[in-house]
Amino acid sequence: MWPICELYSAGLLVYAVAALAGLAAHFRKKNAAWVAAWLCCASLIAAALEFCASAGTLLAGAEFNWTLDSGIPFVHYGVRLDPLSAFFNLGLSLLAGCVAVYSVGYLKHGVAQQRPGLFCCFFNLMLLALTLVFTASNIVFFLIAWELVVVTSYFLVVTDHESVEARQGGSLYMLMSRGGTGMLYIGFLLLGTVAGSMEFQALHGVGARLSPGLGAAAFLLLFFGFGVKAGIIPLHIWLPAAHPVAPSNVSALMSGIVIKTGIYGMARVFFDFYPDLPVWAGMLVLLAGVISALLGVLYALMEHDLKRLLAYHSIENIGIILMGFGSALLFRSFGHPQLAALALVAGLFHTLNHGIFKCLLFLGAGSVMQGAGTRNMEQMGGLIRRMPWTALFFLIGAIAISGLPPLNGFVSEWFTYQGLLAGFGATATLTRIAFPIAGALLALTAALAAACFVKAFGIAFLALPRSQNAERASEAPLSMKTGMAGLALACVVLGLGATWFVPIFASITQQAFGVQITGQLVAGSGLLLTAGSVHNGSVSPLVLALALVALGVVPLALWFALGRRSKRTAGPAWDCGLPGLTSANEYTATAFSKPLRMIFGAIFRPRREIQAEFDVSPYYPKAIHFESEIEPTFETHFYQPLWEGFLALTARMRKIQTGSIHAYLAYIFVTLILLLLFGVRG
Amino acid sequence: MIEKIFAIVVQVALVLLLSPLVTGFNRAFKARVQTRRGPSLIQPYWDLYKLLRKGMVIPETASWIFTATPFVLFVTTLLASLLIPTVSASAPMSLFGGVLAVVYLLALGRFFLALGGLDTGGSFGGLGSSREMTISAIAEPALMLAVFTVAIGAGSTNLSTVAQSALGQSWRFLAPSQMLAFAALFIVLIAETGRIPVDNPATHLELTMIHEAMILEYSGPYLALIEWAAAIKQLVLMTILVNVFFPFGLATDWSAGAVLFSLVLFIAKLLLLSVVVAVVEVSNAKMRLFRVPELLAIGFVLGALALVSTFLFQG
Repeated sequence: MWPICELYSAGLLVYAVAALAGLAAHFRKKNAAWVAAWLCCASLIAAALEFCASAGTLLAGAEFNWTLDSGIPFVHYGVRLDPLSAFFNLGLSLLAGCVAVYSVGYLKHGVAQQRPGLFCCFFNLMLLALTLVFTASNIVFFLIAWELVVVTSYFLVVTDHESVEARQGGSLYMLMSRGGTGMLYIGFLLLGTVAGSMEFQALHGVGARLSPGLGAAAFLLLFFGFGVKAGIIPLHIWLPAAHPVAPSNVSALMSGIVIKTGIYGMARVFFDFYPDLPVWAGMLVLLAGVISALLGVLYALMEHDLKRLLAYHSIENIGIILMGFGSALLFRSFGHPQLAALALVAGLFHTLNHGIFKCLLFLGAGSVMQGAGTRNMEQMGGLIRRMPWTALFFLIGAIAISGLPPLNGFVSEWFTYQGLLAGFGATATLTRIAFPIAGALLALTAALAAACFVKAFGIAFLALPRSQNAERASEAPLSMKTGMAGLALACVVLGLGATWFVPIFASITQQAFGVQITGQLVAGSGLLLTAGSVHNGSVSPLVLALALVALGVVPLALWFALGRRSKRTAGPAWDCGLPGLTSANEYTATAFSKPLRMIFGAIFRPRREIQAEFDVSPYYPKAIHFESEIEPTFETHFYQPLWEGFLALTARMRKIQTGSIHAYLAYIFVTLILLLLFGVRG
Repeated sequence: MIEKIFAIVVQVALVLLLSPLVTGFNRAFKARVQTRRGPSLIQPYWDLYKLLRKGMVIPETASWIFTATPFVLFVTTLLASLLIPTVSASAPMSLFGGVLAVVYLLALGRFFLALGGLDTGGSFGGLGSSREMTISAIAEPALMLAVFTVAIGAGSTNLSTVAQSALGQSWRFLAPSQMLAFAALFIVLIAETGRIPVDNPATHLELTMIHEAMILEYSGPYLALIEWAAAIKQLVLMTILVNVFFPFGLATDWSAGAVLFSLVLFIAKLLLLSVVVAVVEVSNAKMRLFRVPELLAIGFVLGALALVSTFLFQG
């Protein structure tokens, strides 16, 4: 038996102490950098403790509950580690540990270096708050932890507060989060009122007791409220604004796990609080998933800012996760708990996998930014020679996120496909057509993601350096490489060892649908992953990987038989007869994505401007100025009018804001009287 | 276990030997239709032999990705071919990955090939990579819809199971859903193997090529591996077409008569499909790059119709 409670509390304690120590170091100002390095180690220890606690909960299937009364009605400081919480906490602690190791080296350079103590304070505080979000067992406590995550991550995002871009990104994040949290308050209050309690345990299955109208309203509020955090389209606009401006270790956690709090909230609401949802709800989630996945990857393709590109990919992957969740909801309403469990496993597995590879990619982007000093891919190039390890880890992340075998991204996408395929037989209505169509669009998404990462890796790391900074780039220090190596290893292990990992979902599907499907998902003495049964389809990433290595015999044999004596010479690449190949000959990121920009022109509405300067004849230009941009559809057509309307409204509101303290006292008095009257009458 | 390994070795040998023949037949037949003499049927074998013995020039700008690419491409394509039934109705490794694994293994090879194109630093590599990734991405939904239709019909994504279930109902290819799915997959075959009207494998005209632009810097044994991988990929896609939709004669046991009959029939089916591809090639002009999405959109619509007709006619 694992000492789960002790491990869990010790982890929280270490986070809290490290946060306080960071604050102290900030005010003492002496040796702050040195202290910061040790505080990162403290985060690593805390993460390791939390990891053990979560793993123990999942393996033993045991729950642990602990409450502290606050003296205020309805409010308890309650925590509970049930399988769902433990799964998310497991992901959090895995990422937190790797990012902590990475941060030791990362904090020595860049903006965070100016105030390392304060940075570590917020860093640990955010990890503490995230742990609490995943484990809170009470609505009020959950929302307190939720707000704490928003505040701490806001401060981390604006670490570089002297840059306007960072401040704006941070503000947008704050504003969107406020809106989302507002919806959560109302949604949770609706559920809590009917249940008569704020405890999560009392809310289990409460959805059935709500009237259909109220149930739908609460569902929509909670879905969109959590959707803001998760970044579903059209609520995504804060992601590409806030993620790139944050220090890279923060972006890694933001994309890896902070947005997953939204996914956790949805899982909690959809599968714990609602015992059943109407078909339209599942369709809505599936549709949101498809749209987010497809538009996310399309916008990512158009980016040449490496971190914005990664931020858009987070939207894409949230979409893939929601495809799993949506089909799970639909299967449950069609009365197929087994299929629902398969789809839920797909969604949750992809949640963890995306956390890992996205974290890895953001850390890689951080090393590149420190090495080459830019986020713009058009100024990188050739980094594979100067930063070989970073390049290797980034390549592993790129293969994993493109869903290519045998890494972890392939496994969870495979489960998602199988869930969607099985959906065709789940119902006799026309709804069944939606599943394969969603599957085909998932295939398009995955193929576009592969194209996007060929672009990201190829332009940033391969060929010739495109700027002097890229030429002078240097490899990241050991601690940063170690952090990335841990995550890259996790990508490989979760891919090849998926059959050993999948059983941990047993207790989660048991909790959600009362079925343990994982026994059927693994067959062939632990070698095969199946889609419910071997007949439906099976795959074995491990055997495929081994076979790839074994088949290497064939080209090697050919080589030894015939090509052994062939000469290898190095020579220049074909430069079209121009004198020497320079970086100006190379394909750029903008050029690479041009065919797709034209094919999906209806979505992008691209605009370009070419101005040629010439002396005598227009056929011999001296310089050409090229500008190309795509229309930010949601920003211009949805948020811009919304913002203008909001400003107009506030202009009217200003009439009652006289600035006189007497007026305000009168407002308060009137409000109080009205409330009292309302209370007496009620 | 020994039998399994034997089956794998046999299939590897079959695929390696047969794939250049299909390419050679396609070229020879096209030449005949165009009233040219054309190359001999076994010219591709000579080409591979020659390339494997030649020296090679590695661009100075290239990294280890450039070197790794031919091997990764060759191995992934070869592994994909082990997941599909060729002569026997049960593919040697089909338990370890179904049609999704085939699609994604090919995608892994393509991922590295596109990186290899970008690695040299020249303009053509990037041009080819960009176009290849674009066309394969927009071909993907049509491919998946057709594949889903077949998988739903058989209740499995395992290609051996699919072929065996089709074997039981020899006239199933006449069902509208199967015919539509076949048409969709045929369009994907044209696009994925770089045939006219999408790409022209014979051209080295800089602005029209896709696949050839990507591998412009490869030479000698590396080029041989890439060319061979391309031939195997073509064989893989064609085999899916012929054996999933027209599985007559697939050997269900290992008796000599059944295997021989199946082998002859398999080669005949491949050559017949190759004739169809060649006829499409000689009777069309190459499309502009930006017309290709329209062709693939037709494939997507056909795939969607295949699904709808599955819904309508199979209940």
